[in-house]
Amino acid sequence: MASPPPGPPPPDTTVGGTVPSAPTTADDVPRPAAAPASRSPVGAPLVVLRGVQKHFGALHVLKDVDLSIGRGEVVVLVGPSGSGKSTLCRTINRLETIDEGTITIDGAPLPEEGRALARLRADVGMVFQSFNLFAHRTVLENVTLGPTKAKGVKPAAAKARAQELLARVGVADQAGKLPGQLSGGQQQRVAIARALAMDPKVMLFDEPTSALDPEMINEVLDVMTALAADGMTMLVVTHEMGFARRAAHRVVFMDRGQVVEQAEPEQFFAAPRSDRARDFLSKILTH
Amino acid sequence: MDEGYLARLGTLLEQYDVPAAFWVNIQLTFWAGLLALALGTVLAVMRISPVASLRALGAGYVTVLRNTPLTIILVFCTLGLWGQLGVTLSSDFTSNFFRLAVLGLAVYHAAFVCEALRSGVNTVPVGQAEAARALGLRFSQSARLVILPQAFRGAVAPLGNVLIALIKNSTVAAVASVAETSGLMRQMIEFRPDVVLGIFLVFALGYVVVVVPVGLATTALSRRLAVAR
Repeated sequence: MASPPPGPPPPDTTVGGTVPSAPTTADDVPRPAAAPASRSPVGAPLVVLRGVQKHFGALHVLKDVDLSIGRGEVVVLVGPSGSGKSTLCRTINRLETIDEGTITIDGAPLPEEGRALARLRADVGMVFQSFNLFAHRTVLENVTLGPTKAKGVKPAAAKARAQELLARVGVADQAGKLPGQLSGGQQQRVAIARALAMDPKVMLFDEPTSALDPEMINEVLDVMTALAADGMTMLVVTHEMGFARRAAHRVVFMDRGQVVEQAEPEQFFAAPRSDRARDFLSKILTH
Repeated sequence: MDEGYLARLGTLLEQYDVPAAFWVNIQLTFWAGLLALALGTVLAVMRISPVASLRALGAGYVTVLRNTPLTIILVFCTLGLWGQLGVTLSSDFTSNFFRLAVLGLAVYHAAFVCEALRSGVNTVPVGQAEAARALGLRFSQSARLVILPQAFRGAVAPLGNVLIALIKNSTVAAVASVAETSGLMRQMIEFRPDVVLGIFLVFALGYVVVVVPVGLATTALSRRLAVAR
C-alpha cells in the first residue's frame, strides 16, 4: 500500500504533546515526517489540552492530561475501559466540563455554556457510540438540521450538501427513512454525515463501532479511513487496533486517567515502552 | 320504577337543555386545555432548562398549583380576582365568569401538563440532547427541534389522562357561576327530586359518552406516534 511520497514533507514539528506526569514518554513523540506517505500531512496544533483535571465525585477521572492534536492529524485514543478516554474525548466539545486546566481549539479557549459554546460546537463534529440520530426525523433531516438551524444555511443548499454526504458514506438511498429503520452500521454512517455537514475543523469519535454487530464495523471504519486520508483532523476513541494501524498518525494510550504513552502506531504496537501498555496490548491482541 | 317515571324524566329533559350544558363544559375544556398545554409546555421547558432560577420557578409553580384544590383556585378566580381585585376578562357578565373559570382551570391543569410532559422528556434518551448540543444547537433550539417533539409523542397517554381529568374537573366551574352540567343537574334535582336517580344517570352517561372516546383516541394516538428507536 506504500506509494511514493507526494508533495513536500509536512512542515511542522510540534505535533506531539508533552506529558510531564508520565516520564516514560518525554518529548520523543515521532515527528509527522516519519509517518507513512499514505497519511495526510499534519499542520500546526488545532486542539490543545493543558493540565486537564476532572473528577466524578471522589473518582479522579482525568489526571493532569496534556494532549495536542495537529491540523489534519488522526489521533487514536486507546486504553482499558474506565481509563478516561471517552471522558477526555467529551471534554473537547464540553459535553463534559473540566475542573482544572485549559482546552483550546484553533487558539481559542472553550467558552462557558451559551451562544459562544454553541458556535464552537458547530465547528467540532462528534460521533457517538450509540449514534444518537434524531429518532423522529428522517435521515436527510438529521443531516440538514444542524446546517440550517445552527449555521443559517439555506434549506436547498443544505439538502444538496446532505445528499452529497449521504452518497459519500454510502446511504444515499436511505435518505427518506427514519433512523429506526436503518441498520446500526447505516445509522452510524448517517451520524458521520450529519457531523460532516457542519464542515467541522475536527471530528471526535467516541467508540463509534462499539455498539455495532461485527459485520457492520468495517463499513463504518472504511468511511473513517477515507475521511482520515482526506486530511480531516480526528480524535478517535476505539478498540479497533486495525484502524489505528491503518489510519492513525499517533496512538495515545491512557490508563487510570493519565496519558501513559504516545507513539506512532507501528512503534506502539510493535514495541510499547510502558508496562501498562504492554499489558493492555497483550490482553487485546492475543486472540 | 313505575311507568310514569320515564315520562316525568322525559318531560324534565324537555324543559332543561342538557346538551347545551354539556357544550359549555366542552368549551371550558377546549379553551382551558389549549391554555394549559401552552403554559404547561413553557413550565416543562423551564424545568429542564440549564438556568437554575428558571428550574426553581417552574418547580415552585407546579408544587403550589398542583397541591391547591381546584375549587379554591376557581373561587379565588371569581371572588378574589374579580370580586376583590376587579379583574375583568370581558365586559359581558356571563362571558367574564366563563373566562375566569377557563383561567382557573388552565393554571391548575398546566401543572399537570408540565409533569406529563416531563415524563415524556424522560422517555427521550440523553444522547438525543447531547447530539443536538454537539451539533451547535442552542438550548432553545434543542428543546424545540429535538427534545419536545419526541417528548410530546412519549407523553400522549399521560396528556390524555390530564385531558380526561380536565373534562370532568370543568364541572367545578359551577363554583365560578358558569352555567354548566353540574349546576344544571342541581337545578333539575331541586325542581324534580322524585327523579333524582334518573337525572344522575343522564349526566353520568353523558360524561361517559364524552370521555370514553378521548381515552380511546389518546391510546391509539400514543401507539401511532411512538418513536421507533
